[in-house]
Amino acid sequence: MFHRESGYYKTTYKGDMAFYPLPVGRWSVALLGVFFLVVVPLFLDPYYLSVLCLIAIAIVGALGLNILLGYTGQISIGHAAFMSVGAYTAANLITKLDWPFWLAVPSGGVMAAAIGVLVGIPSLRIKGLYLAIATLAAQFIIEWVINHTPAISGGVQASIEVPRPTFFGEKLDTEVELYYFLMAFAVIAIIATMNLVRSRIGRAFIAIRDQDIAAEIIGINVFRYKLYAFAISSFYAGVAGVLYTYYLSIANYEQFLIVVSIDYLAMVIIGGLGSVLGSVFGAVFVTLLPIVIRIFMDTFGAFFFDPVILAQVTAQFRLILFGLLIIVFLVVEPEGLNRLWLNIRNYFRIWPFSY
Amino acid sequence: MRRLDKLLFGAGLALAATGTATSANAAEIVIGMQCDRTGPTQTVGTFLCPGYHDYVNLVNSRGGIEGHTIRVMEIDHEYKVPAGVEAYALHKKEGAVLISLYGTPHTQALTQKLTEDKTPGTSPGFGTAAAANGENFPYIFPIAASYWSQAAAGLEYVRTQVGGDLKGKKIAYIYYDNPAGREPLPVLHKLRDRLGYELREFAVPPPGIEMSAQVLDITRRYRADFVLAHLFGRAPSVSMKEFKRAGYPLEKVLGFVWGGGEADIAAAGGFDRVEGYSAMQFAGVGSDYPVLDEIREMYKAQGKDAPKEMESTVYYNRGVFAAAIHLKAIENAVKAKDSGDITGEDVKNGMEQIKGFTLGGLVPPMEINGFDHEGGGWVRIFQVQGSKFVPTTDWFQGYRDTVVELLKADASRQ
Repeated sequence: MFHRESGYYKTTYKGDMAFYPLPVGRWSVALLGVFFLVVVPLFLDPYYLSVLCLIAIAIVGALGLNILLGYTGQISIGHAAFMSVGAYTAANLITKLDWPFWLAVPSGGVMAAAIGVLVGIPSLRIKGLYLAIATLAAQFIIEWVINHTPAISGGVQASIEVPRPTFFGEKLDTEVELYYFLMAFAVIAIIATMNLVRSRIGRAFIAIRDQDIAAEIIGINVFRYKLYAFAISSFYAGVAGVLYTYYLSIANYEQFLIVVSIDYLAMVIIGGLGSVLGSVFGAVFVTLLPIVIRIFMDTFGAFFFDPVILAQVTAQFRLILFGLLIIVFLVVEPEGLNRLWLNIRNYFRIWPFSY
Repeated sequence: MRRLDKLLFGAGLALAATGTATSANAAEIVIGMQCDRTGPTQTVGTFLCPGYHDYVNLVNSRGGIEGHTIRVMEIDHEYKVPAGVEAYALHKKEGAVLISLYGTPHTQALTQKLTEDKTPGTSPGFGTAAAANGENFPYIFPIAASYWSQAAAGLEYVRTQVGGDLKGKKIAYIYYDNPAGREPLPVLHKLRDRLGYELREFAVPPPGIEMSAQVLDITRRYRADFVLAHLFGRAPSVSMKEFKRAGYPLEKVLGFVWGGGEADIAAAGGFDRVEGYSAMQFAGVGSDYPVLDEIREMYKAQGKDAPKEMESTVYYNRGVFAAAIHLKAIENAVKAKDSGDITGEDVKNGMEQIKGFTLGGLVPPMEINGFDHEGGGWVRIFQVQGSKFVPTTDWFQGYRDTVVELLKADASRQ
């Protein structure tokens, strides 16, 4: 129907390399861009913008984990710890050296990447569950080091207050400005990942994921590329940590505990392993689901429960529903929301003439 | 595809519900309340938050504040920071003039936003001690003794227990190894120089359920004259058991404010097993307060039994305490403006006028002003005696001058 595919020929290499070879793809992406960059910030209440800001940060983090877990097949339960490395690095640079955000954000990422490479070294020898435990150890070691090194953590409270980012002398402190700030990084992260996974490095990652011995035989230096994967993944995590620090104006290690790592794992698995769009879907889903359930309970809960116990019921029910919905989604489509989306798209591709 | 349709329909229904959310009523005053009923601190939240609601309902059932109804919007954030940030944004959208924060990381994450939006937030029993300095943190109100004030007050209590002079006494400080656990250290160090006691610190790594080595060290090797225990979660009950096992008199152990709930005593084996253990409290403990009788009567008038949460008096009363301070601040703001159309700034000013409001002994005789946002750092010691908590002191402050000196030093540092 809309997705008419015949009649478009690629006559140049450039055309072949395009992200969206079909006009309908280009148009829908352009429409989405206009919607999120113009319509949303102009017409939406700051509350919804703040939710979108949290989603934007989650997208950056989830993309990083997906590169490692979905594309390279190396599991990490220490993702939140790399976020904290980025957060504290940037917070120290910002407060002690007055670095602007365009230096602080990448340097937070680079520091996290460096630590990520260190943590990735065992991945040469160990795989699967054993690697998971090794990265779990990294989570606790990083937490402990930050907690016990005042030079990093900024004192007994282990929190460093950070001023708002400034952009050409303009202080970004309203929700709209922060939305643009965070969205810009999310868009850069998405485009960078899309390019990365179809480059030489990305293909090497996929080869390692599918069969590492075969990858080695065809000439991929597995050790080096595994470390690349850890570095790139941690870089994304570090950047997400810096963005988080900027958004909350504070770096605090309690924002990056193991629960957060688990949340990111959930995002990547629910969204779809090994897909860029899946990371976005997962970040949106995990951030929005509790909110939607709460709104649902606030609206309809009063019909069923006494107001005195409603608050208690809502809180418990939300957890149950959250778990239940995740199970339902995984049963309906184990390959994640991304596959669900592809199914819908493929259905409409030939609609109304199925088969 | 049919299953998918149903899923999409369900999602659409939920989205439609968003649109029907009620908008704020002009006569209402909205308080945004964060709570944790399902996360790691649920043992506190499930008792504290009902206490908060009950007090607000009590005031509303009597016609509200000067005719204005109070609407409390509770959001459970599972102790997760992003959920807390989202909750605050929603509260702001609904026009909340006061935020009841819950949790140290949330308080820190929202400090900047609250200040920018000129909306006061309260953090009784958590948050940063330095935030008690109102000149430095104009919109953060600890409204209860910070860990600094607790440490100073604890030392004052120890002084009365060891014969009136701390000089040369051995004090052991056993603490949960996280920022909150380490926070009292500056006060303990500063007062050591002033009072001349000996201090040794014993860190308990999270999750704090293994501390036999530290307790043996304290009781056998160091032979402490008194123990200050600053522990959270399961750790307080473990510490009681371990000290008991080591044969150390529990009369010489003083817990900080998160180490003395009914649940902790129950987890340590019950009241009869930990006779003599005492803990600091920033809100009154027990059921014998007129305001609690009024809440029970309110339930009776509605034909219901009083909620079982009321039996856990330590945390339930803290909920009542927080609600009482909040509503007092709002009452001050409404009276000052002579209308219900108040802003966060009005409530901040109302908060800074709180003085001599004791609610029949449940609230300490605090005095909040522009500089002192913790109201003086009052605590009261409650001891386990004969299967219940018995107050062994009146409300008191400890070494206030040293705490204020630290607060001012922290202000000049920034």
